Amino acid sequence: MSKPTIVTPDPWLRLQSLTRARVALGRCGVSLPTREVLRFGTAHAQARDAVHQALDVQALQGELHEAGFNTLAVHSQAADRGVYLRRPDWGRRLAPDSAAHLAQQAPSLWPAAPKLAIVVADGLSSLATRSHAQLLLEALLPYFPELRTLPVVVATQARVALGDEIGHILGAEQLVMMIGERPGLSSPDSLGLYLTAHPRPGLTDANRNCISNVRPEGLPYAEAARKLAFLIAGARRLGRSGVDLKDDSDGHALLAGDADPPVLAAAPPA
Amino acid sequence: MSYTCTLGLRRYAFGDLKNLLAKASPLRSGDMLAGVAAATEEERMAARIALADVPLARFLQEAVVPYEDDEVTRIILDDHDALAFEPVAGLTVGEFRDWLLSDAADADSLQALAPGLMPEMVAAVSKLMRNQDLILVAAKCCVVTRFRNTLGLPGRLAVRLQPNHPTDDPKGIAASMLDGLLYGVGDAVIGINPATDSLPAITALLRLIDEFREQYDVPTQSCVLTHVTNTLRAIDKGAPVDLVFQSIGGTEAVNRSFGVTAALLDEANRAARQLGRGSVGNNVMYFETGQGSALSANAHHGADQQTLEARAYGLARRYQPLLVNTVVGFIGPEYLYDGKQIIRAGLEDHFCGKLLGLPMGCDICYTNHAEADQDDMDTLLTLLGVAGINFIIGVPGADDIMLNYQSTSFHDALYLRRLLDRRRAPEFEDWLERMGIADYQGELLPQGDTQPLLALAGRL
Repeated sequence: MSKPTIVTPDPWLRLQSLTRARVALGRCGVSLPTREVLRFGTAHAQARDAVHQALDVQALQGELHEAGFNTLAVHSQAADRGVYLRRPDWGRRLAPDSAAHLAQQAPSLWPAAPKLAIVVADGLSSLATRSHAQLLLEALLPYFPELRTLPVVVATQARVALGDEIGHILGAEQLVMMIGERPGLSSPDSLGLYLTAHPRPGLTDANRNCISNVRPEGLPYAEAARKLAFLIAGARRLGRSGVDLKDDSDGHALLAGDADPPVLAAAPPA
Repeated sequence: MSYTCTLGLRRYAFGDLKNLLAKASPLRSGDMLAGVAAATEEERMAARIALADVPLARFLQEAVVPYEDDEVTRIILDDHDALAFEPVAGLTVGEFRDWLLSDAADADSLQALAPGLMPEMVAAVSKLMRNQDLILVAAKCCVVTRFRNTLGLPGRLAVRLQPNHPTDDPKGIAASMLDGLLYGVGDAVIGINPATDSLPAITALLRLIDEFREQYDVPTQSCVLTHVTNTLRAIDKGAPVDLVFQSIGGTEAVNRSFGVTAALLDEANRAARQLGRGSVGNNVMYFETGQGSALSANAHHGADQQTLEARAYGLARRYQPLLVNTVVGFIGPEYLYDGKQIIRAGLEDHFCGKLLGLPMGCDICYTNHAEADQDDMDTLLTLLGVAGINFIIGVPGADDIMLNYQSTSFHDALYLRRLLDRRRAPEFEDWLERMGIADYQGELLPQGDTQPLLALAGRL
């Protein structure tokens, strides 16, 4: 015996192939079907976990070491996640013991005044950092064969601007911050890349260039590495990063609507 | 002037009105981040007790942000209507709360009073009110605006259809738009947050919606939420601009960080009105606001974020906007930490805006790093529905895939309609019935082959 239909389906399922948006969900009365409530709840749970799960620094350092990178771990002045979320200003400064440790250890690990330094940071998604940072570093090797000799600093409870202080202590010419972005419901593991030339405390976002949504389903590693190498070369030529440095590594794709006939007025109403 | 309160053996003193307002404000992370919040719960109550005794007239003498330094303050004070203020001119803040809750305050008297109220007075009284007070008083207010339909009538609720797409893909946007319309959403506005600010892209999006609207004769308005200067350029190029969107805040400095001044908004308001595209009215401005924006731009002058939010409404009302939307939970946990703070802020913003005569809507929303979830949004949605909010946001499945946050869904709007018997804007309601999307009572109809929008969906 078949069960009676409870959910009113939306006879426009076809629209789901045109967008990742949650269209044509159907309804029970006016409410969401159980299936979608669970699907949404799972996505939210994954995003929440991405925010709150601590970055396993030891494991990450072990993996990076295995891959041939020289790393050091530091942490910001935000002692834990709760503080980190409430006090973004504390996430932008190194804890005093970390600053001292970095200044003391750097000379024995890496060249003085490196041309490039990398910070791998948890930001708002440790999942992104753990999943993508190492693979992205390896994708950068063709552009920077000396990358394994350059500083790679693993930072926790970190905001983007924490890289300014780290880069300043290292005397780096340029600094790339690889940091977990605020998780979206369907993208809990997006990595953001921020390039800052001549990093030092007190810079603002206007001094940086950003590459967003690095992950296999978003901007793939190889493509992100190519864009980043392009920006690094550009910043070196220009002597600075930020709003004056444009990402022309690819022509901006024209919006399809510019050239194509209007999408929604193809024919008169039936 | 100093404000004081003695509780037991402890005497609390507050240096000025700005300080008093900040200390009296309900706890929130943004005020703590700014270092202006009360240090203890007792200090917060002492501030409220002292605030209750402050005459409303005092606010006309003591500006929270100096008149000389700030054009928002100048607009607030220069536009103040002393005659409209008359009925409450002799009251203290505490007495004003009592008056608002009394039967003397009804839809007509509140509407007449609005031009006589300063945002700071309204913020002050909100700090003495519990959530139920904010709801009850806001529910007495009625603010009606018009462009191609009539928004804010009693017993009505409108929804902004927000069909965003991460790359502005026209088919992706069209898919979300059709989904929304088939769910009976879109009377407040069909409004897209574009992924890019390039003028050709903005113009293409405007044409996308406008050609659809013309073809199907949809009694609603469209908007691409780009910077006001882009919209002015689009108007210059002859693009079909219905509404001018802009984010605004409560100080001149935060507005400067947004790249806007009152003069620029004046110009845009004039330009859009001159197009004369509205059919039943000419309210052409769409503002978005949110507590915490001034602090995040380091432009808060040491004032608390709720008072500054109310001041943004003081600027907004200069333009008789069609829509004002407080995007309450978008800014993040450093300003509104959790569901409790977001819910309180949403109710405050709606109350303050309505009392100042604005057509308030709310983007009932949160980000994934805030301590909030769908249950909190259900609570705020229900409370704002009861409070008579003019409009909410509609995103497919509550998941905005472009802005990466959670808002309210098309289903959420239907929930509120059914629960509270809230109907759509009358012109839009008639259109849905003509299109066979909803019946004469506003209930969704089953769809089949005869539905023209389904045929359109099939061709995308």
